[in-house]
Amino acid sequence: MGSAAEDTNRWMLRARDAMDRAYAEPLDIPTLAGIAHVSEAHFIRTFRSVFGETPHRYLQRRRVERAMFLLRSTDRSVTDICTAVGFSSLGTFSRVFRDVVGEPPSVHRRRGPLPLAPSCFAMAWLRPSSFGEAPQA
Amino acid sequence: MLKALTITQIYVPDQDAALDFYVGKLGFEVTNDMAFGPMRWLTIALPGQPDRQILLEKPGPPSMSDETAAQVRELVSKGAAGGHLFFQCEDAHKTHAELKEKGVEITEEPVDQPYGIDFGLRDPFGNHLRIAQMTQG
Repeated sequence: MGSAAEDTNRWMLRARDAMDRAYAEPLDIPTLAGIAHVSEAHFIRTFRSVFGETPHRYLQRRRVERAMFLLRSTDRSVTDICTAVGFSSLGTFSRVFRDVVGEPPSVHRRRGPLPLAPSCFAMAWLRPSSFGEAPQA
Repeated sequence: MLKALTITQIYVPDQDAALDFYVGKLGFEVTNDMAFGPMRWLTIALPGQPDRQILLEKPGPPSMSDETAAQVRELVSKGAAGGHLFFQCEDAHKTHAELKEKGVEITEEPVDQPYGIDFGLRDPFGNHLRIAQMTQG
């Protein structure tokens, strides 16, 4: 239908959509490369050139974004939220969250509820920036 | 002053494939399909809302250069060209099941939201759609 670049983009978008949808599952590169119909090595390189960041980083920031949402919109425990967004270790979750957001989960929670928006827009706009790390707290 | 929003536009790289999707799968009707100079002026609307039309525009010359059209198509295919459409339905789970049965690409399964239940999907090109069953109205 379209050019090779369009077809490639569209397949990469399917892999990105899968991360937005199934972030809580243990998505690994072979699974995602399978969704995108390319080899693993090709997948990481191509995803990065299409979206400006590696799939691993995209997924981590998606999980952090969902955690930010749950912290501010629910009263679930930090441990519970860590598991719910796809982290298997509380230590990793706390470190990644702090690195990306610039403050620990318990402090972030005090910022209070987020304004309402359709979740696709919330997920597109509230995922922590890919283009600059948060300042160290 | 302004009375009504009547036509909004999205980019579709292939107008026939767009009809297969929007008419064949989502249940739209064609409201206009005519030559407008070199352009195929193609609009669709929902059966119950004929005054609210979507223009399915194929990017290309003379509206834009071939090079620009290729850039637009590439943006569409990575989900970055806008083209968000939001719909309401009576029963989100039922509509979701019907569309899934038709092979529509679901990006987010139905979720409970403060405003109702909704789910996400993409058209064949990468444009994003969201369908909601609103709690009220």
